[in-house]
Amino acid sequence: MITSDQAFNMLGMCVVASPAFLLAIFSLTSLFDWRLSERSMARYTQFSVLLGLFAALAILVLMLATGRRQVPLEFGNWVVIPDHEEAFHFHLKFVFDRLSVPFTILSFVLCGTIGAFTSRYLHREPGYNRFFVLYAFFLLGMIVSSLAGTIETLFFGWEFVGLSSALLVAFFHERPNPVRNGQRVWVIYRIADAAFLVAALALHHQTGAGDFSELMGDGDWPLGKTDISESSALFVGLLLLLAAAGKSALVPFSGWLPRAMEGPTPSSAIFYGALSVHLGAFLLLRVSPLLEASIVLSACVVIVGLTSAVFGALASRVQTDIKSALAFASLTQVGIIVAEIGLGLRYIALIHIIGHACLRTLQLLRAPTLLHDYHTLENAIGSHLPHLSKPGSAWVQDSVKAWVYRFSMERGFLDETLHQFIVRPFVRVFRWCNSAEQRWTEFLSGDEKNVSGDVKTQSDSLEEFV
Amino acid sequence: MSELHFPWLELSVLIPIIGAILVATIKDSTVARRVCLFACSLTLVCAVGEWLDFAMLGTFEAHDHWDVLEFMFHSDVFVIDELNAPLLSLSALLYLLTVLSTLRTKMNRFSFASTLVSEAILLATLSCRQPWVIIALMVAAVVPVWLEIHSRGRCTRVFTLHLGLFALLLLTGQLLVQSGQVMVGGSMLTLAVLLRSGIVPLHCWMTDLFEKATFGTALLFVAPMTGAYAVMRLVLPIAPDWALQSIAIVSLVTAVYAGGMAIVQTEARRFFCYLFLSHSSLVLVGLELVTPIALTGALCVWLSVGLSLAGFGLTLRCVESRTGRISLTKYHGFYEHMPTLGSLFLLTGLASIGFPGTVGFIGTELLIEGVVGVYPLVGFTVVFAAALNGIAILQAYFRIFTGTQHTASFSLRVRPAEKIAVLILAALIVGGGIYPQWGVASRYHAATQLIEMRAADAETKSP
Repeated sequence: MITSDQAFNMLGMCVVASPAFLLAIFSLTSLFDWRLSERSMARYTQFSVLLGLFAALAILVLMLATGRRQVPLEFGNWVVIPDHEEAFHFHLKFVFDRLSVPFTILSFVLCGTIGAFTSRYLHREPGYNRFFVLYAFFLLGMIVSSLAGTIETLFFGWEFVGLSSALLVAFFHERPNPVRNGQRVWVIYRIADAAFLVAALALHHQTGAGDFSELMGDGDWPLGKTDISESSALFVGLLLLLAAAGKSALVPFSGWLPRAMEGPTPSSAIFYGALSVHLGAFLLLRVSPLLEASIVLSACVVIVGLTSAVFGALASRVQTDIKSALAFASLTQVGIIVAEIGLGLRYIALIHIIGHACLRTLQLLRAPTLLHDYHTLENAIGSHLPHLSKPGSAWVQDSVKAWVYRFSMERGFLDETLHQFIVRPFVRVFRWCNSAEQRWTEFLSGDEKNVSGDVKTQSDSLEEFV
Repeated sequence: MSELHFPWLELSVLIPIIGAILVATIKDSTVARRVCLFACSLTLVCAVGEWLDFAMLGTFEAHDHWDVLEFMFHSDVFVIDELNAPLLSLSALLYLLTVLSTLRTKMNRFSFASTLVSEAILLATLSCRQPWVIIALMVAAVVPVWLEIHSRGRCTRVFTLHLGLFALLLLTGQLLVQSGQVMVGGSMLTLAVLLRSGIVPLHCWMTDLFEKATFGTALLFVAPMTGAYAVMRLVLPIAPDWALQSIAIVSLVTAVYAGGMAIVQTEARRFFCYLFLSHSSLVLVGLELVTPIALTGALCVWLSVGLSLAGFGLTLRCVESRTGRISLTKYHGFYEHMPTLGSLFLLTGLASIGFPGTVGFIGTELLIEGVVGVYPLVGFTVVFAAALNGIAILQAYFRIFTGTQHTASFSLRVRPAEKIAVLILAALIVGGGIYPQWGVASRYHAATQLIEMRAADAETKSP
């Protein structure tokens, strides 16, 4: 007779192992250059997602049946240094609770939908195999992040999501624009990851553990209470807010969101429409007891959320392509979700995430057939779709309208500001150092010209080397 | 002292010497490569054998069975301990992979005999704990590299100035330490090893080396991080904590500076050089803090960075052997022609920055934790340096492998020998990432033993 604990363990193992299995299959076959057929890849994906999804649903049913609100899945210490004074351990633990289970089910449902859609959408595309390798990375990252019971485990999944997202943006890598945009996304993600890592270390130092149940008190989510002081909660919370802002494209990092639309539509759907863009909000939900410990922190979260929502609402109204408009519409909703979290409305935020993710996935997947859908609607009603006048616009001065329009068109000048005040000075300083070093080396070498300054590649004469 | 079951240490030095003599007499470069490959493989077998033998003994240090050098000099010249055991295997592996991935296009430029001589010197250095022998071998290791730059008709002045100063500081410093002037002598030794490690502002010889020597030679000269080894053997036993921790700050500055410089480079070799410099400085930061966690992290990162960045460099070298020097000012779009190399470039690069699931992840976490433990706020700079390196790596990946459609007039796909190298590296990087406990426990044990030895040394020296 299987006990409920054993059942939870087996099912939990299935949830975590199924995306890991998918990643192992896809990456090993790619590394060994054994090309899987499109059909095999689609079937492996289907099997993995369905296995994980049904296991997660079974856990939900069992939790409801047994009345348990939190089910930990312990893998023990992945790494442990049993020092008496300076112990270090990397605790691998997953938690099924009221936050992680809905988010995991959502991840499986949307990833499954995208997987099925992509197997047709990218049929006979040269990057089909690459897409599914990145997809497997993304799925594993999402599941690990959703179920993480320790902050280190969450960081593990967080990084997987970041890398796969940046590479998916640069999916059409034979053109420079997607690649540049992928690079931009990666830069923002690295900043967010650095903030996350510093926050994790700070939490470790203050509480001596990375386990969420110890960090956030014994209460099940969302009832946990933290013992951390207000100032510490503010410091760590601000770092986590920075990490969440980077991941969820909140102000001031919103510039990468429209750039991410360079990826194929299915990846856009899961990436900035549905899952990845909500990961920042998920992080804030997971550490929500920290927000309760500091009113200033909660206020910051609300301000960032509302600012992002207003900015997204303005920017989405002036976009000239459907994917950008949907991207900024997503930002509006994510901003509102973040504000809800700041106001302490945890369940509403969670329900908002689920509803918004599903709606946006549907909209993004329909985006390539938007004109067709419009024509169908117009044919059905027998005339053009009506253009509704904007309420209250008559009372706003033309100069204000023009300014707001330009502000929205320029996407709040966010990219330009970051470029002007952070990127450009940084690059200038290091370029100056580089040229100074080259001059110094040339001086020491006599008059010999530094070869790297005028390197020539032999792109047209490769035979020279054979 | 415990004894190994076989003279592994002496054999691992002797085999490359014999190989070098044989290779020097062979004129056909294809045959020379095969002989070199055979010698490197045998050396690796010996290095791994000595590690396994040593691990089975369960002791902190051991010397060879039938120790000829001990019989001749009445002293344990070659000793294996927990610090150098994995380093010997790593170094032997790097030489094997470098030779294995040397294509026919590079055979005439790359000296196999000189490579084997360098391997023998390196393994001897890493097997040795006696200061004077280490110093002599470290100075000797400079000679083959200098000869190569000279034979290529390039100016050796920058290399000579820096490495000449390095040799002078080493010799003078050790003389002073032996004569009782520990403070001045120790400072000179420290300056020497920092120079060899390329700490800012004494790093220009490194970029110069990468520009003027063959990529393989430059890579093998810096990747085993003999500067860090010299820190452990020459500086750590004599330097006080405060001095080491001050040096750690200089290394931290170098890590950030080199990370920033890697981002703005316009040529792949210089980019690699700065990337390596940033990582090796992070290793030095951990070594110089001398706390169990920081030292464990540094020893782990030493191995992971040695492995991953050597793989990264070899991947760049493989691309270079097909296309010539790589400019980073434009996109090349090589991915469709060499997807395996593209994947390895990404894998090794990410492993070097401690990406989850790779060999560097836990080491980097430990290192950051250790640094933060000593300097709570300054320590976060390590995170910043790692972020800069991460940005630089993906930028280089995009520039080299994506961004345009490259048209090649013949197949640029990876060759079988290169593929073997790729698979070995990938297996080690991912394997070490999935099961890190064994490596971390071994490095932690080494770290605590080294700290205890240092404390014991300090007690015996104090009046």
